[in-house]
Amino acid sequence: MSAKTTYKWIGSSPVRPDGVDKVTGRANFGADHSEPGMIYGKVLRSPIAHGRIQSINLTPALQVPGVLAAICGDDFPDADAVQGMSSGESPADMRDIARNVMARDKVLYHGHPIAAVAAMSPEIADEALKHIQVTYEALPPVLNLDQAMAKDAPLLHEDQITRGLPKKPTQASNIAAVLNLKRGDLETGFSQADIIIEETYTTPTAHQGYIEPHAVIARCNEDGRAAIWCCTQGPFVVRSLSAQVLGWDMGRIKVTPSEIGGGFGGKTTIYLEPLAVKLAEKSGRPVKMVMSREDVFRATGPTSASRTHVKLGMNKAGKITAADVKLECEAGAFKGSPMQTACMTALTCYDLENFNITGYDVVVNKPKAAAYRAPGAPLTAFAVESAIDQAAKRLGLDPIDIRLNNAAKEGTVAPYGAKFPPIGLVETLQAAKAHPHYCAPLKPNQGRGIASGFWFNAGMQSSAAINLNENGTATVITASPDIGGSRASMALMTAETLGIPYADVNAIVADTEAAGYCDVTGGSRTTFATGRAVIMAAEKVIVSLRERAAALWELKPEQVEWRDGQAHPDSEASAGADIKPLSLAELALSAAKTGGPISAKASLTAQGAGGGFGTQICDVEVDPETGKTEIIRFTVIQDAGKAIHRAYVEGQLQGGAVQGIGWALNEEYIYDEKGCMQNASFLDYRMPVALDLPMIDTVIVEVPNPNHPFGVRGVGETPIVPALAAVANAIDSAVDARMTDLPINPPKLLKQLSTA
Amino acid sequence: MPSASTYSRPSSLDEALTFIQSTSGKALKILAGGTDLLIQMRAGLYPDTALLDIKNIPETMSITIEPNQVRIGAAAAASEICANIQLRQLYPGLVEGIEYIGSTQIQSRATFGGNLCNASPAADGVPALIAAGGTCLIVGPEGRRINPISTICTGPGETALGQGEFIAEFILPIPKPGSADAYLRFTPRNEMDIAVVGVAANLSVDADGTCTRAQVVIGAIAPTALVASDVAACLVDQPLTPKIIDKAGEIASQLGSPLTDKRGTSEYRHQIAGVLTKRAIKIAAERAKKAH
Amino acid sequence: MSKQHITTTLNGEPTEFLCDTRQTLLDTLRNELRLTGTKEGCATGDCGACTVLLDGKATCSCLVLGVEAEGKDIQTIEGVAHEGELHPLQTAFLNNAALQCGVCTPGIIVAAKALLETHPNPTEKEVRYWLSGNLCRCTGYDKIIHAVMDAASAMRGEQP
Repeated sequence: MSAKTTYKWIGSSPVRPDGVDKVTGRANFGADHSEPGMIYGKVLRSPIAHGRIQSINLTPALQVPGVLAAICGDDFPDADAVQGMSSGESPADMRDIARNVMARDKVLYHGHPIAAVAAMSPEIADEALKHIQVTYEALPPVLNLDQAMAKDAPLLHEDQITRGLPKKPTQASNIAAVLNLKRGDLETGFSQADIIIEETYTTPTAHQGYIEPHAVIARCNEDGRAAIWCCTQGPFVVRSLSAQVLGWDMGRIKVTPSEIGGGFGGKTTIYLEPLAVKLAEKSGRPVKMVMSREDVFRATGPTSASRTHVKLGMNKAGKITAADVKLECEAGAFKGSPMQTACMTALTCYDLENFNITGYDVVVNKPKAAAYRAPGAPLTAFAVESAIDQAAKRLGLDPIDIRLNNAAKEGTVAPYGAKFPPIGLVETLQAAKAHPHYCAPLKPNQGRGIASGFWFNAGMQSSAAINLNENGTATVITASPDIGGSRASMALMTAETLGIPYADVNAIVADTEAAGYCDVTGGSRTTFATGRAVIMAAEKVIVSLRERAAALWELKPEQVEWRDGQAHPDSEASAGADIKPLSLAELALSAAKTGGPISAKASLTAQGAGGGFGTQICDVEVDPETGKTEIIRFTVIQDAGKAIHRAYVEGQLQGGAVQGIGWALNEEYIYDEKGCMQNASFLDYRMPVALDLPMIDTVIVEVPNPNHPFGVRGVGETPIVPALAAVANAIDSAVDARMTDLPINPPKLLKQLSTA
Repeated sequence: MPSASTYSRPSSLDEALTFIQSTSGKALKILAGGTDLLIQMRAGLYPDTALLDIKNIPETMSITIEPNQVRIGAAAAASEICANIQLRQLYPGLVEGIEYIGSTQIQSRATFGGNLCNASPAADGVPALIAAGGTCLIVGPEGRRINPISTICTGPGETALGQGEFIAEFILPIPKPGSADAYLRFTPRNEMDIAVVGVAANLSVDADGTCTRAQVVIGAIAPTALVASDVAACLVDQPLTPKIIDKAGEIASQLGSPLTDKRGTSEYRHQIAGVLTKRAIKIAAERAKKAH
Repeated sequence: MSKQHITTTLNGEPTEFLCDTRQTLLDTLRNELRLTGTKEGCATGDCGACTVLLDGKATCSCLVLGVEAEGKDIQTIEGVAHEGELHPLQTAFLNNAALQCGVCTPGIIVAAKALLETHPNPTEKEVRYWLSGNLCRCTGYDKIIHAVMDAASAMRGEQP
């Protein structure tokens, strides 16, 4: 496949198909759906971070007037361990998922679901929760990496044996897995270095922070079938995981994805869905469950706290001679931190001969980590991109030049083994260097930071269907929930392929019974993979259109060409004959006579997503008396392969960078010594507000991905990756303070400034 | 939210009193802007509690500038207070304080009465209100009484108000020529945040720039907003030179017993109290000079 | 529990409803009146997704009781488009791609409407200050700020 260079629709920024519904309040999000006779479910959550459940008595709750059902772990089969079950972007284990949505035997974090009730009103349900009697044997909580890995640490899972070691250990451990990637010889590499940077970097537990809390409505019919409406990044994942937790055949469940109010990876798994189904089954009524913001913080998401030790050797010319990276990553209550992807991406921006990367996946008494935008990549990028900045400073080299010296390019073998096709890191670095931002003057206490980042981008499975309507318009159907404007992208690719106006295409997101299988909207895969399914379906529609025209003209299909939304006889067939081209609309109108309605479907497992690279320039101003950092200018430069909807690509770049800025400066989970989160609110989990930010400039670099007809690469995740280090590097440039522990909040920075 | 409770919105102080007397002995909460109360109710506090909405009473809602005093209704919304140009001229720091509270949306509801009576040590509206040196009209089952504003908060979440009492209005003196106030707070975010420390400075200066009177009140470094008399004493009868202001900051940074919590460390709060005290004094002094 | 009878003007129309004493205006709008355009993001006044205009002023409906709406004028996102025509803010949000997931959008449009009714020519900083009570996690705010500035310009009758 090769990418064309001029397009009619691709690269424009039209109004999205779902736009009017969203600006008028008409769009239905998770909590907006209602069913006749609906009642309300609420979850009782563990008040302790670690303990054994001794008894649960639901009876008193059932006696509260207006309560129709109550459930606990015993209402679900105890799923056998199923290794390697995918829940979208993160590896997961069915037994863990089952025990995460409803505790059994043990509670493993403050907020862990322990029981649930359904009642006539949310108020009655809340009241009923107070009547559930639970007794616990409290166990000492394990709240950070050191506690978890200490000798004689209390074990979260007494049967957890560390995976990934050369010799299988005999003793259980809180270390769930170890991963090692290496090449060359570290000793040789470090011996060639003129300088060595060695530093430990830490990042806190952080939340995706989507504005819409998790919500679900479930109904069980008399025939044993269930319907679920929920806000999810993947309705098929909800169907599969919920069925497994319930011990049901998945054919009994239909999942309809609502509009989704943000996910960022956090809605690629399940929380409330099987509970709502079980409560609906028990009560005989549709059940709505909506999390409070506090529940969202305490029991969903977050991403892992981490500690990364980096040792980087560099020669005077600014070439990295060796890199040793050790990452320890908190998984939360169940194994499966993004340690693996954090390791795989750690050094991927650079072409290295000698490196060693080791990762540890460590369980602690905190909520189970869920995917968060480029899961894991920001953790190691913060460390490595900070270290490279320190090296540049030590050597007196330009931070862009030092990255260009080492940059991965086509043919570079990534640390995880893949050989890169054409990629755009060098182009983003060159664009950064040429950008007026890079040479703009700075005032006192201001500084500028540079960082680069990488995300794989995913392919995975997608399906699409296109139906032509009798007036020549098209409807595109997929089951990829639209979080950031993907319906517009699907409509653009359909319009471009068919050669019809964008306005003549409507794109919708359908349920698990109306649409073919799609994996989650995640991994920056939707425009790439579901987009390819859409283009394939459109190409099949064109085949059909050519056949219809051929039949009308009494030609063979191969004698008909499709150009600009019209069928044309080829030059041979048209020679001497006066045949007027047939438009798509004309062919659609006459479809009844030429074989019936025109439609096509396509499905694929998409390969070759094409890595996404980006470089960011951040300017800050630090108040040296208070330690407060203001972001005063920010430019995001990224290779999009080909931007399908330009404005929504810009939006991804801006939004991703701002999440990274928040993580760098203020966002963190604050725990007390018992493992209770102290800041489970939008007031105290300080995500950036409008006044905290400048405009975020973007530069879209386009190095086409050869594996997509239009050259698309995913864009959603890469922009968060460099942002943490870009901010830290800018702060160091402003006030000569190397901050290695995120967030760089004012107390921490002031302390550093006053001890320097 | 838990159910039950009665709700009343009287249209006069007398009507309010009648309602209070009718609930004698029963749990009662005063509803002004509700920006703290509703969150507490949602968290399960105050079940079966009568609610007295004081937003329909002329005295609690009006802002009146009289020749000798300023009267601010305890339930007047922050947005109304901020829009009052006369008040902003007389008490810029007082208005800055309430303006810091929450978002645009919160400003439509938040009140001085609620901010004071919620009795958070970090309340942005309170330091400048205390520094202004006024009184408040308290209405309750026993009738009406007037108390200094500085005596209302007695601890975190605790006030000197008795059962069924509420503040109807604040009465502040008209500042003398050469007087002005300023309020600054520090937060990690630029908006939507709770003060790590807040400092109000209310000063009078003579024509030479010598400080003749000072009141400095610091929030979030003690169980209640702290009247920093040592800081004030260091300023009075002194020219407000950078050296004197630095000294005032130095003294401020030693005061109180700030907590280490999710919003800041004790050490940091001490440091910021010093920094903000200096900055607030500078601003208030500039304003005071212009107020001759 | 006894319900209170409340009379209001809702999106320009006289509207009566019943609500519990302790029910918030947000819950009343969503659950009693089925106006689900007003969203709940936090229920503590920290995200602005539930913004409505109460007597013309932007307010978090999660921090107002339904009973407090007696005699008041309430405007929700459902009332922003008028007689089949989108409000200039709505058009500007669409044209600027100022929404991604869209869940914060109703609250932001309602809050911005209150801004432009009182400040027809705001600076970027004024828009950012005014909208700081409206969290958006998708966009980084850039396109939202542009959209509000564009709408302001359109409402002043300037050519785009």
